[in-house]
Amino acid sequence: MNAEQPELKNISEKKDFLVRSSSLKDVRTFSREVFEKLELDQSLKDELVLAIAEAAQNIVKHAYKDFPDTDDRMVVQISCKDNKLEIAFFDNGKPVEKEKIKHRAIDDIKPGGLGTFFIQEIMDSIVFKEGNKPWINNLVLTKKL
Amino acid sequence: MKFKVSEENNISTVFLNGEIDMDIADNVREVVFPLIDAGKEVHLNLKDVQYMDSSGISVIVESNQRAKQKNTKVELKELSQPVEKVLAMAKKFL
Repeated sequence: MNAEQPELKNISEKKDFLVRSSSLKDVRTFSREVFEKLELDQSLKDELVLAIAEAAQNIVKHAYKDFPDTDDRMVVQISCKDNKLEIAFFDNGKPVEKEKIKHRAIDDIKPGGLGTFFIQEIMDSIVFKEGNKPWINNLVLTKKL
Repeated sequence: MKFKVSEENNISTVFLNGEIDMDIADNVREVVFPLIDAGKEVHLNLKDVQYMDSSGISVIVESNQRAKQKNTKVELKELSQPVEKVLAMAKKFL
Protein backbone atom coordinates (compact mmCIF):
# COMPACT_ATOMS: atom_id res chain seq x y z
CA MET A 1 0.00 0.00 0.00
CA ASN A 2 1.22 3.47 -0.84
CA ALA A 3 2.17 5.12 2.47
CA GLU A 4 0.62 8.41 1.37
CA GLN A 5 -2.71 6.86 0.44
CA PRO A 6 -5.11 6.17 3.33
CA GLU A 7 -7.11 2.95 3.30
CA LEU A 8 -9.78 3.26 0.65
CA LYS A 9 -13.27 1.85 0.73
CA ASN A 10 -13.93 -1.24 -1.35
CA ILE A 11 -16.11 -0.42 -4.30
CA SER A 12 -17.19 -1.88 -7.64
CA GLU A 13 -19.27 0.02 -10.15
CA LYS A 14 -19.91 -0.50 -13.81
CA LYS A 15 -21.74 1.26 -16.59
CA ASP A 16 -22.28 0.65 -20.28
CA PHE A 17 -21.86 3.20 -23.04
CA LEU A 18 -22.65 3.35 -26.73
CA VAL A 19 -19.42 2.81 -28.66
CA ARG A 20 -19.11 6.32 -30.08
CA SER A 21 -16.65 9.16 -29.64
CA SER A 22 -19.56 11.19 -28.25
CA SER A 23 -19.71 8.74 -25.32
CA LEU A 24 -16.20 9.54 -24.12
CA LYS A 25 -17.40 12.52 -22.13
CA ASP A 26 -19.90 10.24 -20.35
CA VAL A 27 -17.13 7.73 -19.63
CA ARG A 28 -15.12 10.50 -17.98
CA THR A 29 -18.12 11.69 -15.97
CA PHE A 30 -18.78 8.16 -14.71
CA SER A 31 -15.12 7.71 -13.80
CA ARG A 32 -14.97 11.03 -11.94
CA GLU A 33 -18.09 10.11 -9.96
CA VAL A 34 -16.59 6.79 -8.87
CA PHE A 35 -13.28 8.40 -7.92
CA GLU A 36 -15.16 11.05 -5.93
CA LYS A 37 -16.58 8.23 -3.80
CA LEU A 38 -13.06 6.88 -3.27
CA GLU A 39 -11.94 10.35 -2.18
CA LEU A 40 -8.74 10.19 -4.22
CA ASP A 41 -6.67 13.33 -4.52
CA GLN A 42 -7.33 15.50 -7.54
CA SER A 43 -4.06 14.82 -9.32
CA LEU A 44 -4.47 11.05 -9.11
CA LYS A 45 -8.12 11.33 -10.17
CA ASP A 46 -7.14 13.33 -13.25
CA GLU A 47 -4.53 10.76 -14.26
CA LEU A 48 -6.88 7.81 -13.79
CA VAL A 49 -9.66 9.53 -15.74
CA LEU A 50 -7.18 10.14 -18.56
CA ALA A 51 -6.11 6.47 -18.60
CA ILE A 52 -9.74 5.30 -18.68
CA ALA A 53 -10.68 7.78 -21.40
CA GLU A 54 -7.72 6.71 -23.53
CA ALA A 55 -8.64 3.03 -23.19
CA ALA A 56 -12.27 3.76 -24.10
CA GLN A 57 -11.07 5.86 -27.02
CA ASN A 58 -9.00 2.92 -28.26
CA ILE A 59 -12.17 0.78 -28.32
CA VAL A 60 -13.99 3.40 -30.41
CA LYS A 61 -11.01 4.10 -32.63
CA HIS A 62 -9.56 0.65 -33.15
CA ALA A 63 -11.94 -2.16 -32.14
CA TYR A 64 -14.83 -0.44 -33.94
CA LYS A 65 -12.78 1.29 -36.63
CA ASP A 66 -14.88 -0.26 -39.40
CA PHE A 67 -18.21 0.21 -37.59
CA PRO A 68 -18.50 3.92 -36.74
CA ASP A 69 -22.32 3.77 -36.57
CA THR A 70 -22.56 0.70 -34.37
CA ASP A 71 -25.25 0.37 -31.74
CA ASP A 72 -22.98 -1.88 -29.68
CA ARG A 73 -22.20 -0.89 -26.15
CA MET A 74 -18.98 -1.13 -24.17
CA VAL A 75 -18.80 -1.67 -20.43
CA VAL A 76 -16.44 0.07 -18.04
CA GLN A 77 -16.10 -1.44 -14.57
CA ILE A 78 -14.12 0.30 -11.84
CA SER A 79 -13.32 -1.75 -8.75
CA CYS A 80 -11.22 -1.01 -5.72
CA LYS A 81 -10.38 -3.69 -3.21
CA ASP A 82 -7.69 -3.52 -0.53
CA ASN A 83 -6.34 -0.35 -2.13
CA LYS A 84 -5.87 -2.08 -5.49
CA LEU A 85 -7.70 -0.41 -8.32
CA GLU A 86 -8.89 -2.58 -11.20
CA ILE A 87 -10.49 -1.04 -14.26
CA ALA A 88 -12.04 -3.45 -16.76
CA PHE A 89 -13.29 -2.72 -20.27
CA PHE A 90 -15.52 -5.08 -22.22
CA ASP A 91 -16.43 -4.79 -25.87
CA ASN A 92 -17.48 -6.86 -28.85
CA GLY A 93 -15.42 -5.12 -31.50
CA LYS A 94 -12.62 -6.48 -33.63
CA PRO A 95 -10.38 -8.75 -31.54
CA VAL A 96 -7.35 -6.92 -30.23
CA GLU A 97 -4.09 -7.95 -31.87
CA LYS A 98 -1.79 -7.62 -28.90
CA GLU A 99 1.37 -7.49 -30.95
CA LYS A 100 0.07 -4.31 -32.62
CA ILE A 101 -0.38 -2.50 -29.31
CA LYS A 102 2.74 -0.34 -29.25
CA HIS A 103 3.95 3.20 -29.49
CA ARG A 104 4.21 4.76 -32.90
CA ALA A 105 7.30 6.34 -34.39
CA ILE A 106 8.00 9.87 -33.19
CA ASP A 107 7.19 11.40 -36.57
CA ASP A 108 3.85 9.59 -36.77
CA ILE A 109 2.05 10.73 -33.66
CA LYS A 110 -1.52 9.53 -33.55
CA PRO A 111 -3.93 9.41 -30.62
CA GLY A 112 -3.73 5.62 -30.35
CA GLY A 113 0.01 5.48 -29.86
CA LEU A 114 0.19 8.37 -27.44
CA GLY A 115 -2.94 7.19 -25.65
CA THR A 116 -1.40 3.79 -25.01
CA PHE A 117 1.72 5.52 -23.73
CA PHE A 118 -0.40 7.54 -21.29
CA ILE A 119 -2.11 4.37 -20.04
CA GLN A 120 1.27 2.70 -19.50
CA GLU A 121 2.61 5.74 -17.68
CA ILE A 122 -0.36 5.95 -15.32
CA MET A 123 -1.25 2.32 -14.61
CA ASP A 124 0.81 -0.53 -13.14
CA SER A 125 -0.41 -3.23 -15.49
CA ILE A 126 -2.31 -3.67 -18.74
CA VAL A 127 -3.71 -7.13 -19.45
CA PHE A 128 -5.90 -8.39 -22.28
CA LYS A 129 -7.94 -11.28 -20.91
CA GLU A 130 -9.41 -13.89 -23.20
CA GLY A 131 -12.50 -16.05 -23.12
CA ASN A 132 -14.63 -13.79 -20.95
CA LYS A 133 -17.84 -14.57 -22.87
CA PRO A 134 -20.01 -13.05 -24.21
CA TRP A 135 -17.34 -10.39 -24.69
CA ILE A 136 -14.68 -10.47 -27.39
CA ASN A 137 -12.27 -8.05 -25.78
CA ASN A 138 -11.62 -7.63 -22.06
CA LEU A 139 -8.91 -5.16 -21.14
CA VAL A 140 -7.95 -4.93 -17.48
CA LEU A 141 -5.88 -2.08 -16.06
CA THR A 142 -4.62 -2.20 -12.49
CA LYS A 143 -2.90 0.17 -10.11
CA LYS A 144 -1.90 -0.16 -6.48
CA LEU A 145 -3.07 2.94 -4.66
CA MET B 1 -18.61 23.42 -30.71
CA LYS B 2 -17.45 26.89 -31.74
CA PHE B 3 -14.26 28.60 -30.69
CA LYS B 4 -13.63 32.33 -30.52
CA VAL B 5 -10.95 33.54 -32.92
CA SER B 6 -9.31 36.96 -32.71
CA GLU B 7 -7.08 38.56 -35.32
CA GLU B 8 -4.23 40.97 -34.76
CA ASN B 9 -1.68 41.80 -37.44
CA ASN B 10 -1.02 38.41 -39.02
CA ILE B 11 -1.67 36.46 -35.81
CA SER B 12 -4.86 34.50 -35.28
CA THR B 13 -5.60 33.51 -31.70
CA VAL B 14 -7.96 30.58 -31.23
CA PHE B 15 -9.49 30.39 -27.77
CA LEU B 16 -10.09 26.71 -27.07
CA ASN B 17 -12.30 25.75 -24.17
CA GLY B 18 -13.93 22.83 -22.39
CA GLU B 19 -12.71 19.29 -22.88
CA ILE B 20 -10.65 18.52 -25.97
CA ASP B 21 -11.05 14.84 -26.77
CA MET B 22 -11.50 12.64 -29.85
CA ASP B 23 -15.04 13.95 -30.27
CA ILE B 24 -13.94 17.58 -30.35
CA ALA B 25 -10.52 17.26 -32.03
CA ASP B 26 -11.93 17.49 -35.55
CA ASN B 27 -13.77 20.71 -34.64
CA VAL B 28 -10.42 22.17 -33.59
CA ARG B 29 -8.77 21.03 -36.83
CA GLU B 30 -11.60 22.64 -38.83
CA VAL B 31 -10.89 25.98 -37.16
CA VAL B 32 -7.09 25.88 -36.93
CA PHE B 33 -5.97 24.25 -40.19
CA PRO B 34 -7.53 26.84 -42.55
CA LEU B 35 -5.80 29.62 -40.59
CA ILE B 36 -2.44 27.86 -40.98
CA ASP B 37 -3.12 27.17 -44.64
CA ALA B 38 -3.78 30.90 -45.08
CA GLY B 39 -0.25 31.52 -43.79
CA LYS B 40 -1.33 32.97 -40.45
CA GLU B 41 0.70 32.59 -37.29
CA VAL B 42 -1.68 30.78 -34.95
CA HIS B 43 -1.78 31.12 -31.19
CA LEU B 44 -3.80 28.52 -29.31
CA ASN B 45 -5.06 30.00 -26.05
CA LEU B 46 -5.62 27.11 -23.66
CA LYS B 47 -6.54 28.86 -20.41
CA ASP B 48 -10.13 27.61 -20.50
CA VAL B 49 -9.36 24.00 -21.46
CA GLN B 50 -10.30 21.80 -18.50
CA TYR B 51 -9.27 18.48 -20.05
CA MET B 52 -7.14 17.37 -22.95
CA ASP B 53 -6.19 13.85 -23.99
CA SER B 54 -4.01 12.33 -26.71
CA SER B 55 -6.42 13.55 -29.39
CA GLY B 56 -5.84 17.13 -28.31
CA ILE B 57 -2.08 16.61 -28.26
CA SER B 58 -2.31 15.15 -31.76
CA VAL B 59 -4.08 18.28 -33.00
CA ILE B 60 -1.25 20.41 -31.57
CA VAL B 61 1.43 18.20 -33.15
CA GLU B 62 -0.35 18.12 -36.50
CA SER B 63 -0.87 21.90 -36.39
CA ASN B 64 2.80 22.43 -35.69
CA GLN B 65 3.84 20.13 -38.53
CA ARG B 66 1.39 21.83 -40.89
CA ALA B 67 2.63 25.29 -39.89
CA LYS B 68 6.24 24.33 -40.62
CA GLN B 69 5.20 23.23 -44.11
CA LYS B 70 3.53 26.62 -44.61
CA ASN B 71 6.51 28.54 -43.20
CA THR B 72 4.55 29.85 -40.28
CA LYS B 73 4.20 28.78 -36.65
CA VAL B 74 1.81 27.71 -33.92
CA GLU B 75 2.29 28.84 -30.33
CA LEU B 76 0.55 27.68 -27.19
CA LYS B 77 -0.58 30.44 -24.83
CA GLU B 78 -1.85 30.51 -21.24
CA LEU B 79 -1.80 26.79 -20.60
CA SER B 80 -4.32 25.64 -18.01
CA GLN B 81 -3.07 23.28 -15.31
CA PRO B 82 -4.68 20.16 -16.84
CA VAL B 83 -3.17 20.97 -20.23
CA GLU B 84 0.24 21.66 -18.71
CA LYS B 85 0.15 18.29 -16.96
CA VAL B 86 -0.82 16.26 -20.01
CA LEU B 87 1.74 18.08 -22.18
CA ALA B 88 4.45 17.27 -19.63
CA MET B 89 3.47 13.62 -19.81
CA ALA B 90 3.39 13.70 -23.60
CA LYS B 91 6.87 15.26 -23.76
CA LYS B 92 8.33 11.96 -22.53
CA PHE B 93 6.78 10.36 -25.61
CA LEU B 94 7.47 13.11 -28.11
